[in-house]
Amino acid sequence: MSTTLRPRLLPPGGPVSGSRRAARARLNRAVVVVLLALATAVILLPIAIIVFTAFKPATEVNAFPPTLVPGQWTMENFTRIFQELPFVRLIGNSFAFAGGVTLLALLFDSLAAYALARIDFTGRRMLLIAIIASLMIPFQATLVPVYQLASNLGWVNTFAALIIPRAADAFGIFFLRQFFLSLPRDLDNAARIDGASEWRVYWNIVLPNATPAILTLGVFVFVNNWNDLLWPLIFTTDKNMGTLTSGLTLLTGPGGIVPYGVMMAGALVAILPLVAVFMFVQRRFIESVATTGLK
Amino acid sequence: MRRPGRWLTSSSSGRRVPRKEVPMSTTVHRKPQAPRYRAPAPIGGRRRPAVGQRRKNLQALSFLLPALLVLGAFTAWPMVSALRLSFTNASGFGKEKWVGFENYARIFTDPVIINAVVNTGLYALLFTPTAVALALVLALLLNDPRLPFRGFFRTALFLPFIISLAVAAIAWAYLIDPQVGLLNYWLSSAGIRIGNVLQDPVLAMPAVAFVAVWKSFGFYMVIFLAGLQEIPGSLYEAARVDGAGAWTRFRHVTMPMLSNTTAFVLIFALIAALQAFDQIYVMTGGGPYGHTETVVMQIYTSGFRKLDVGFASALSYVLLGATLLLSVIQFVFFGRREREGD
Repeated sequence: MSTTLRPRLLPPGGPVSGSRRAARARLNRAVVVVLLALATAVILLPIAIIVFTAFKPATEVNAFPPTLVPGQWTMENFTRIFQELPFVRLIGNSFAFAGGVTLLALLFDSLAAYALARIDFTGRRMLLIAIIASLMIPFQATLVPVYQLASNLGWVNTFAALIIPRAADAFGIFFLRQFFLSLPRDLDNAARIDGASEWRVYWNIVLPNATPAILTLGVFVFVNNWNDLLWPLIFTTDKNMGTLTSGLTLLTGPGGIVPYGVMMAGALVAILPLVAVFMFVQRRFIESVATTGLK
Repeated sequence: MRRPGRWLTSSSSGRRVPRKEVPMSTTVHRKPQAPRYRAPAPIGGRRRPAVGQRRKNLQALSFLLPALLVLGAFTAWPMVSALRLSFTNASGFGKEKWVGFENYARIFTDPVIINAVVNTGLYALLFTPTAVALALVLALLLNDPRLPFRGFFRTALFLPFIISLAVAAIAWAYLIDPQVGLLNYWLSSAGIRIGNVLQDPVLAMPAVAFVAVWKSFGFYMVIFLAGLQEIPGSLYEAARVDGAGAWTRFRHVTMPMLSNTTAFVLIFALIAALQAFDQIYVMTGGGPYGHTETVVMQIYTSGFRKLDVGFASALSYVLLGATLLLSVIQFVFFGRREREGD
């Protein structure tokens, strides 16, 4: 508190130097804003190119010199993307895959986190250490045997292969456990005295109070899975079982003769739900990313 | 702030003395941040009624079972399985033969794999410092609470983090397309000719690394911002009173106070760099002439294209080893910092 008051209480150079300092601070701030605006423009350029190109007629997409904003707006790219790919299917698959993983992971992770945070069972510390250790395993390292297992179960090209291996994850358990520990125990103890079971405490007290953490983790899991490329690439060989992300990559690469306009229309559809979800929770999401370091 | 690494010493699971079962009515309410000192053990507190403990264990198991089944089947067992496979010539079909360390030896002798390992290192060298430095600079610029449009800038710069690397790669490939790419055109108008970047043996790797920088710097920036907010303003005030200029304040206040966060972000970014795949698959497919082949690209190719399952497993274990090494360094580093910090 004293630090904020000091400039007013101690006028070492008199009011003139104080206002000079303020003027310089304003100038600095203006320079910073300009710098940040430039950086932001560069950073948003690929997003802008997706949005604008999606509405450009093919003649303009291939015209030289290239332009950013379409001269004429058209929906033709969106009708074409539905011919190039089983697009309705892919959208549905993406929602089923990312949504399914999110719902199951939130349920299973929060159950496990509750036990780790609230029930004093034998071996709790060992289990926690095992979970933290498994945080360090990159999923690429276990991909081959996971694929073999899914293949032996006859799961390839099914939602089971996409969803079930990710129905619980160490990070989610750890993240929720940390949050549950920060919730005051008064409420659950009061409920236990009234005869509530652990299940009731979990469902009626801890979960409702953990809504912010559940929401953050949910967005994180959803975004990660929606965007994942390697996972759907491996578990789905049928074009109709792919996701938006993996389906779009079929249009690129060698032999890719699909025009950029059509690809950008697909890309726009692929990023739209995420941007919508993100806008809805962005403040809280960014803040919890910051405080946990997401690790 | 909940720093990474704190979990082992804080809260309820740490070096806590096992609690005595006490009747509910006299339970002392646990504060969320448990005191760090070792509380004196309650007299006779070491032994619990066995029946109560068994009930608790069963209860905990019922909560843990779904997650344990999933993690057991799809993380723990595959770990063991991959280790076994890595010593065989498994192909996914027919009989597999034990081949000892042959697969591992191949990693260090096969020029294609050596190339992928070297490329992954190069990628990490390009990606990590760039992403971390950019994140730090932008976080420093954004750290002024009276900055106009601060929330907007923070959200806009974070936005790439939620966009798929594969989709971003499609957009960037279009931007730098040698014929119709807007960025290519703008740069050549300014006198900078970059040519066909993705077919250029020298420029292809920086290009795919740059796309990853674009996607992830916002994430690191947000972590840096949180770290900056932890630095008490009184330190800056004291430095100012001592006549320290902006650079001196940065060098002698900000950097030391931020070293924890910086180390965390650096290692986190390095681990991410080891797993490079998506944008490379989309933009170059490993080309030109293998100049952007990485370890995960090779795991994908050998495990799922060539069905050289045994070899892919060995390569996976090398990736795992590198990741674990970095994680252990991080763990040791933060463990030490935590203890010093108290």
